[in-house]
Formats: sequence, structure tokens, C-alpha cells
Amino acid sequence: MGTTAKSFSHKYNWIKEIIIEKLFLLCALLSILTTFGIILILLTETIGFFQEVSLIKFLIGTRWSPLLVPKSFGILPLINGTLIITVGAAVVALPLGLASAIYLSEYSSPNVRKIIKPILEILAGIPTVVYGYFALMFITPIIQDLFPNANIFNAASASIVVGIMILPMVASLCEDAMRGVPQSLREGAYALGSTPLEVCTKVVVPASLSGVLASFILAISRAIGETMAVTIAAGMTPKITLNPLESVQTMTAYIVQVSLGDTPHGTIEYQSIFAVGMTLFTMTLLMNIGSQMLRQKYREVYQ
Amino acid sequence: MISDIAVHLENCNAYYGLTKALNNINMEIKKNKVTAIIGPSGCGKTTLIRCFNRMNDFIDIFRIEGKILIGNQDIYETDPVELRKRVGMVFQKPNPFPKSIYENIAFGPRIHGVNNKSKLDTIVTKSLKEAAIWDEVKNRLKENALSLSGGQQQRLCIARALAVNPEIILFDEPCSALDPSATSKIEDLIVDLKGNYTVVIVTHNMQQAARVSDLTAFLYIGELIEYRSTKLLFENPEKELTERYITGRFG
Amino acid sequence: MKKNITSRHYKGDLFKILCGISTIIALIVLALLLWDVWNDGHSWINLGFITNFPSRFPERAGIKSAIWGTIWLMILVTLISFPLGIGAAIHLQEYARKTRLTNIIEINISNLAGVPSIVYGILGLALFVRTLQLDRSILSGALTMSLLILPIIIISSQEAIRAIPTSIREASYALGATKWQTIRNHVLPYALPGILTGNILAISRAIGETAPLIMIGALTFIAFTPISLNDPFTAMPIQIFNWISRPQEEFHFIAAAGIIVLLVFLLTMNAAAILIRNKYQKYQKW
Repeated sequence: MGTTAKSFSHKYNWIKEIIIEKLFLLCALLSILTTFGIILILLTETIGFFQEVSLIKFLIGTRWSPLLVPKSFGILPLINGTLIITVGAAVVALPLGLASAIYLSEYSSPNVRKIIKPILEILAGIPTVVYGYFALMFITPIIQDLFPNANIFNAASASIVVGIMILPMVASLCEDAMRGVPQSLREGAYALGSTPLEVCTKVVVPASLSGVLASFILAISRAIGETMAVTIAAGMTPKITLNPLESVQTMTAYIVQVSLGDTPHGTIEYQSIFAVGMTLFTMTLLMNIGSQMLRQKYREVYQ
Repeated sequence: MISDIAVHLENCNAYYGLTKALNNINMEIKKNKVTAIIGPSGCGKTTLIRCFNRMNDFIDIFRIEGKILIGNQDIYETDPVELRKRVGMVFQKPNPFPKSIYENIAFGPRIHGVNNKSKLDTIVTKSLKEAAIWDEVKNRLKENALSLSGGQQQRLCIARALAVNPEIILFDEPCSALDPSATSKIEDLIVDLKGNYTVVIVTHNMQQAARVSDLTAFLYIGELIEYRSTKLLFENPEKELTERYITGRFG
Repeated sequence: MKKNITSRHYKGDLFKILCGISTIIALIVLALLLWDVWNDGHSWINLGFITNFPSRFPERAGIKSAIWGTIWLMILVTLISFPLGIGAAIHLQEYARKTRLTNIIEINISNLAGVPSIVYGILGLALFVRTLQLDRSILSGALTMSLLILPIIIISSQEAIRAIPTSIREASYALGATKWQTIRNHVLPYALPGILTGNILAISRAIGETAPLIMIGALTFIAFTPISLNDPFTAMPIQIFNWISRPQEEFHFIAAAGIIVLLVFLLTMNAAAILIRNKYQKYQKW
């Protein structure tokens, strides 16, 4: 009774349609596989690591010396190194990025925006190894001129450069968040006699706050994961310090250091890459999830 | 037995999630006639015609009960792809493909297996003539379709629908985005088409319904209130609701 | 009241200037960076630099093997990541229904885009170099970099596909086209400029990445260009990094020269991406 969907006289091949559909599904599932792969590999080696090193000593130990005897695997110096760079970068990038975003979204004319936005994109596209070069060859001498007791490898130089690196991200995401604020809200404030500054600080920024915060968190997460600039400019000495003029070592730089050397597979030094990598992955993952939740909340408000 | 019924609806109820959009619709669309579906905004007119070519399938939360037969076949037991070849649609806002005029028309026949260039040429010419736009575009078939005016684009979309040789053509408020002169061209075209096709047109413009259609169905909040010959429905409506609508006592 | 308004305007103007200055700082830094690199390196760029292999002697050091390594990587990464990434994007935008699985996949991709590149390097080391025993080959490098940029390719392809209005798809379906016919004849062709633009930008990011390649063991004294997928290799960022790490000052200048070459590469790719976008956006006035 009537044509069935699968008669052979049809001009299109429903089998082909289904195969193609499943192929595309496979591509999408690959992404889940990647995540599983990362977690699986990190976990496996990390568990091996923690069979030799106590977890507590790892988390709260203050000496990181995996190669020199007496070996010690306290990760706090590496976290300290990462954090001091990150805080320094945040000090540079967050205020400047937010201010640039405000300028682009509230003040500038479309012509100005057409010039500035590509420049920010170029800044974002410069490879990190180039930033490392700039830090070591240009910024560090300046710092050494200003502070004669600064080490040639210092945290300040690297954090300035990492800050510049994440600034475009902050500016662009904040600007998106601010442009998402409905024009009607601004108009309401203007109609009451507010100046642009007041509209901006009292209406726009508060309204886009979760988007702004989400962008901050995302940028900080990027700073935490930054590798080459800190490897080149910040040094290879893990220590706990608050002085940005000293050399430090970040988690990422440590991983690079071990890979550059001749570390045989299966040794504790090799496994330490994974333990540190796990810590790094966890930190950035938590921050990214936090940022996503904030952005979700922001989207709910305006839709 | 040659039936003169193109579409047969029996006890149709349609839902978007939990919201009921069509309530117990029973009607028969006659072949080779122009049937207009009128009613206030949100009454279910678009939902109704989108059932005929199963375009509602694309909406996840849509559900339909009841039977719809086209040519004695239950359309929910037919392959939707084949169904849409037999039931064409012209949309409210002209949506030509960003390709050449020729390619717009040729796309339909091509995907249904026509690959011979001269056959395609014939089909393109025939469809553009049937849609009363051939003279305006015959020298610029290679131009991008988006360079046409709104009214021309809509006639192009009609030609595109005609190119696959459907039995039934559905028009979903085809003139609401067009100016009066473009509108009248399309209305003339619709009346001409019924010689070869069955036409169903959804419109919120009652005068348009009165001008072009043979039969008119009045829908109100998902229910078919009245369905008769256009002349009778407008001159002597049976139901009070119909009378209130056509005299403009509610939108 | 008037004084209040004046001071409010004054504060407002000051604020506006501060914001403007902040924006300009970014431009100034970029200018400084480019000037510094050019200053240090341009005198070392000559034909020899481009055609020589690395050497212990700065005057004879060249970037040839690194350029070839980067080109190989670029081609391989494109071949691997484009089909997979565009395929995933097509699935998510055209086929997938709004189920929990789809949601999980999209969140997952978003998270993967934020994972530091060095973690991908660790993944590549453990999976490709060790487990699959591909060793420190250019294939390992390409696979690792493909995984790195896959999330970005998916996200940017998704955006390009999403930009195509539903009305076009409806027009196609209403003519009796199947899903694949609609995708092949309409969705993909119209989205392609946007997809290409986004993907070229993603590849240019991959070219600048150093950390993952260090992890999987790209070497820095390669005196040959790769011939097969199993060969060891180097790449421009790695070579630059190596030169920066040398104590002799001349190598720092050579590093700057290498940076200039790398930046020219990237500039070309970005320009190509923008050209594509501009050329094909003409007829798509969505």
C-alpha cells in the first residue's frame, strides 16, 4: 500500500545517507576520545608516580628537586612560580584589557575599531616563542637598568610579556560581553542625564559582569598554561619567593626542562612530568569550567 | 477511480510539546483548485500546511495524530523526500539560493536524477515561463539570484518549486514581504497555476483570499471553523466567528 | 548643580582618556616588539640563511630544515584535522539533536580548546611516540598538533555553518532534497569561506607552537629535510628556541632573523585567510 521508504527504484540511496551520518558522528566522538586519552594517560603515569612519592609531600612540600640528591618532590615551588607569573600577567592584562574593551565598546568610532581590532588580533597571533625572545632581549635589560639587583632570568619580565599575550583575549571577550548589553539599558540611563562614564561604570560593566569575570578567568587560565615565554625568560630555579626580580620555575617550564634532557622512560623523573602535568591540567580545567558556568549565567540573563 | 481530492485530512491533532496547535481537523483539499486558508495570527494556518509536506518534522517537539492522505497514501508512511517532490512549497520571505538563476532552478531536477544538460535547459526555461518571469531573466541566467528584486526573487522561488513537477504547491503568505505591484503579479500567477496544479495558499489578507481562491478555510485557534466556496464564505458566512473575522471585528 | 555636572564631565573625560591610553599601549607594545625583532635580526637575513642547515657557526647557520619541517607539519596537520574537524562541526550543527550527549560533546570541545598546549604535548609523547611507537617522527608531531587545534577547527567551522540561515535549508528540503544533498550542495559550499578563514587562522596558531613539539622530541640539530613520515624533524619555533638558548650573542641575532621569517610566514597565511573571506562574502549578504 503505497511506496515504502526503501524501494529500490528510488533515486537516492538511503544507505548512503545513513553511512554519511554515522561518519560525521564519529568525527564528533573523536573529541571525547581525546579527553579520555588525556585523562587516562595522565592518570596512569601519575598513579605510578604516587606509588613512589607520597601525595601529601607532593602537595605541601616546599622543595622541588627531582634531579639533585636528596630528591624532593614538593610541588609548591612550581606552583609558586606559576602563580607569581600569573598574578603579574593579570595585573598587566586585566585592567588594560578591560579598559581597552570599554574604549572599543563605548567610546570609539567604527573607524577606530576597524584599526584597533585587527591589531589586537595580530598581538594574539604572535607565537609565544617570539614573546619569550622579546622578554629576554628587550624587557629584561630594561628591568636590569631599573633594578640593578635583578637576575637576568626573572619573573617580572616573563609576567609582563604573558600579560601582553593575554591582553587581546581579555579585551575581545570583555567587549563581546559589553556589546551584549542591550542598547535600551544604556538609553534608559542616558535619558536620566548620565554621562558616558556613569553609564559605563554603573550600567554596562555591572550588567556584563559575569561575562567580564568569565573572560578574566579564561585569560588567567591561559597564563597558567603558558610555556615558552616563561621557559625562556623566567628561569629554571624552583623556589618559593614573592620577589619578581628573582628567577623562578613554573610547572610548564619544568616539564619542558625534563623533555629537553635525556630522561629515560619509566624513571621517577619521567613520571614527574605527568604528575606536574596532571596538576596543571586540573587547575586549568577547573578554571575553564568556572568560566563556562559564569558565561552560561550571563547568557541566561539576556535571553 | 479518479478522485478529485488532492489531500485528505482525518482527525488531525498537532502539538508543539504540550501546546495543541491543531484541533481535530477534518478537511479535503480539492485538486486543481486554489484553496485559501485564512485566520488571525497564531491560528495554526502555517502549522497546517507545513503538515502537508512534513516540513514540521524538522521541529523536535512537533507531534501529529490522525491521518493525512495524499493520493491515497498516508504521508507518514511515505518517504518524506519523495513526498516533498510531489508537494512543493513557496515561503513567506523569498529564499533563493545564493547561486545563479539557472542553478537555482536546476537544483531540484538535478537532485532527483536529471543530469542531461539539454533536459535541464528545457526544464529551466519551462519553469521560468510558467512563473511569468522568463522575459525578465532570459538574458541573465548566469547572474546571481540575489541581484533580483524581492518580487522577482519570489517568482524565481515559484519557478524553482515548479521545476520538480509537483502535484500540489503550498504558498505560505507568499506576498507578505512584497510591494503591491509584485503582489498582484503573483496573485495572477497563482490563479493561472491551478490549471496544472493544486494550490493551497495561506494568507492573512482576506481580500487576497477573495481574489484568488476557489475555496476558503477559516481557522481559529487551531480549529477549522468554516470551509466552503470562497464566494459563499465571504458573502454569506455560516458561523458567527467567521463573520466577525471577515468584517474585521478582531485581528 | 552646575558644578556637579562640570566635575562629572571632567571625570568622564579623564576616564575616556585613560581607556584610550590603555588601548594604545597594546599598539605601542606591538610596535616595539616588531621593531626590536627587526632591528636585531634583519641584517642576518640573506639567501644563505634560508638555504643553509643549522650549524655551530653562526655565520653558516640556516633555517632550511626548520622551514621544511614547518611546511611538512602544516600540510599534514591540514590533511588530518580539516576533515575530522569539519566533519564534527557538520554533525553538531546539521545532524545532532539537542540531547545530553550533544551537550556533553560541545562542553567537552570547549574545555579541550582551553587545555594548555603542553598537555597536548604530554599526550602526544605518551600516545604517539611511546604507545603507538611512532617515535620522534614528523608523523607524531603532526598528529599531536592536529589534536591540539582540532577543538578550534570544530568551533570555528560550527560558527561558519551556523551563519547560514535556516531559510536556505528549508528551501532545499522543500524541493525534496535529502540531508546530505542539502549539506553538500548548499550548507558546505556557502560555509566554506568562513570555514577556511577560521581554519587557516587555526593552522597559523599551530605553526607558532613550540611546547608540544619539544615534548614529542623534535630535535634541533637536523641537517636534512624530512623525506618520509617517519623521519625526525625540526620546526621553525623549535629552531628559534634553540638559538635563543645559546650563550653566544650572534645566535640571538640569528634567532631574531628566524623570528622574522616565521612572522612573514604567519602574515602570509593570515592575509590569505582575510582575502578568502573578503572575496567570497560578496554574495552572501545574510
